[in-house]
Amino acid sequence: MINYIIRRILYAIPILIGVNLLTFALFFVVNTPDNMARIHLGVKHVTPEAIMKWKHERGYDKPLMWNSAAQGAKQASDTIFFEKSVGMFAFDFGRSDEGRDIAHDIKTRMWPSLAIALPVFMVGLAVNITFAMLMAFFRATYIDLSGVVLCVAMMSVSGLFYIIGGQYLVSKLLHLTPISGFDAGSNALKFIILPVVIGVIGGIGSGARWYRTIFLEETSRDYVRTARAKGLSELSVLFGHVLKNAMIPILTGAVVVIPLLFMGSLISESFFGIPGLGSYTIDAINAQDFAVVRAMVFLGSVLYIVGLILTDISYTLVDPRIRLE
Amino acid sequence: MMLFKPVFLWTDMLLWLLLAGVAFYVWRVRLHEHLREPWRRLLRSRSGVASAVVLLAFVAVGVLDSLHFRLPLEKQGNGAETHYSPEVLSVFDLMVGPLRKQVEKTYSAPFASQLYTKETIELPGGKQVRDYPRLKFGGAHLREPAREQAGDVAVTALQGGVYALALCGGLTFMLALWLARRRSISPGAAWTMIRHGRDEIPWRTFLSTVGLLALFVCLATAFSAKYHIFGTDTVGQDVFYLALKSIRTGLMIGTLTTLVMLPFALLLGIMAGYFRGWVDDVIQYTYTTLSSIPGVLLIAAAVLILQVYMDSNQELFDTVAARADIRLLFLCVILGITSWTGLCRLLRGETLKVREMEFIQAATAFGVGHFRIIARHILPNVMHIVLISIVLDFSALVLAEAVLSYVGVGVDPSMQSWGNMINGARLEMAREPMVWWSLLAAFVFMFVLVLSANLFSDRVRDAFDPRVR
Repeated sequence: MINYIIRRILYAIPILIGVNLLTFALFFVVNTPDNMARIHLGVKHVTPEAIMKWKHERGYDKPLMWNSAAQGAKQASDTIFFEKSVGMFAFDFGRSDEGRDIAHDIKTRMWPSLAIALPVFMVGLAVNITFAMLMAFFRATYIDLSGVVLCVAMMSVSGLFYIIGGQYLVSKLLHLTPISGFDAGSNALKFIILPVVIGVIGGIGSGARWYRTIFLEETSRDYVRTARAKGLSELSVLFGHVLKNAMIPILTGAVVVIPLLFMGSLISESFFGIPGLGSYTIDAINAQDFAVVRAMVFLGSVLYIVGLILTDISYTLVDPRIRLE
Repeated sequence: MMLFKPVFLWTDMLLWLLLAGVAFYVWRVRLHEHLREPWRRLLRSRSGVASAVVLLAFVAVGVLDSLHFRLPLEKQGNGAETHYSPEVLSVFDLMVGPLRKQVEKTYSAPFASQLYTKETIELPGGKQVRDYPRLKFGGAHLREPAREQAGDVAVTALQGGVYALALCGGLTFMLALWLARRRSISPGAAWTMIRHGRDEIPWRTFLSTVGLLALFVCLATAFSAKYHIFGTDTVGQDVFYLALKSIRTGLMIGTLTTLVMLPFALLLGIMAGYFRGWVDDVIQYTYTTLSSIPGVLLIAAAVLILQVYMDSNQELFDTVAARADIRLLFLCVILGITSWTGLCRLLRGETLKVREMEFIQAATAFGVGHFRIIARHILPNVMHIVLISIVLDFSALVLAEAVLSYVGVGVDPSMQSWGNMINGARLEMAREPMVWWSLLAAFVFMFVLVLSANLFSDRVRDAFDPRVR
């Protein structure tokens, strides 16, 4: 198992190098530092000196990949690529275009993100599986049918409307929670509860339907017929046999997103004014802060790959037949 | 002098290319029984027929809205060269003329005859009062809106209802005649067959969906001549018109994205599965790398770069529409680049399976070349996956547009889209009383389109997926 994990981590390195090269090409070759400077300083009426100064302050005035003016190892290291991209492997994200320390921002902002995303994930998983089990239990009846219809209808509503509707109903009409904002410590609860509830409700449609398909696929297997034939009640068949065997497809979809929970949700964080990484990214996009967006792209890919490795490990925990070699 | 100057936008041309492709596919399906069978199965289900009718209505609006041209300006002096208006119009704009032209000053509620905000009005005697001024178009034919409006609305609704009823009656009659010819029975027998739902195609569902659509169209036409059904937005434009115009944007995002990514996914997926070895390794590495970047972030990064490029090369685009159009096209390309990996992986897996089958081995033994094997034997056997994933992706892409426009990396702010409507309305949430009608219009249109796309894709999957059968 340890060998397997080491191999997976080694395999992740070329992928991360690919991601790194891709973002480097996107942010520095397709879109030159001169363009960036012009956007920040205003497209018209900008002097070449101002552009040079802007680039120099951020270290964007060096050669892209190879510094032929420098000596020895500096030829490779005194370049934009080395300073802005290679450092990411050590999680050294440098400074944002505004001059803030990105690594420090990430460290402080990931906790509010997690405070929303983790409950949404846990409660959402429980609620979706419960609804799916109910539909599977009452399969091919009107309860199941209306459940599926409800799921399809809920899937067809854009996530934006869940947030807008929830804010309007709960905060504006009923005055139960504040419309937006965040606070540290236990005061955070009143700010967290509405985004979490809306996040869970918004995910029921697709989630419950997906798990229902998984459960129904399992219930058509032979072992279920055997379990029924030996006289088990439908409930114990569902919980004791179907749920256990459905764990593999459930884990495939669920575990991979766990590391990504740190990144938060772009939309709900900006609607609710949560100072997490999601709203950090949106702010960076709107302010055209390329350094922050680049850092978030890299961080997202790292977390995704970690999620894939965790998924493999989780398989061995629920299914003893699976050995990672 | 020409009556108009046609404008060929990139997305228009791609849409026509897509339609030509669909027409070619339909022609092939009609010739081959084994291709026709799944579609027959789809048309036998009630939700399949109903959602197909609704989707077709949306597509019709989108296609009419994709024939663009510029009208000539008023001639100044004799013999001068004709100048064309910088405003790019579409056939659909002409059809809904009054909707486009009846622009108020600012917000007004649905069916209102007064503006949303108070203004200083000068009375004939020279006195000034602060009141809600009358609208220029909405309810302008009423002398005392407060008293007359309810009656006027009822009469207009009745008119619309009567038109709809006449339309439906005519349609049912024509359907009965057509069915009678086709099944070679008497029209009376065909009518009984429709009424009792005895034909294999659920005509009753078909007729009731068409009837609902006709009712909606007739009511909308009757009312929009006199009122703003969904109110007006901040610059006084009719929200109903904006919502209708957004249909094209939504359809473009949903279809062109697939059109853009399809060649990559097909070529690379089949190559990886067919040739295996190092080709497979390279392609797998490419799509694993791309798919490990979270989608929204990659899109945001790419759109940011595009914005910078377009800001620094503004001379390339002669009209606002052309600029917005290029941005829409690139958004489709970027969405395509982030979404081809899923289909590519599926195609690779299926090709790996298909290439081991006996008929492929036979073809190889006969010395058929790689290209012919792929084109003649593998491609037709993986097409069902392509079709299913196209319709499955559609609704997700329509929803994604709204979210991306909200984040600020969606379509151009000058382009009508549901995302931009929501984004604009969000800023007015805090106003008292709330400006809710833009949200309502965007919600209704998106919900109907996405719901019918979801239902349709379910039926397509049931009809085409061999595992479901």
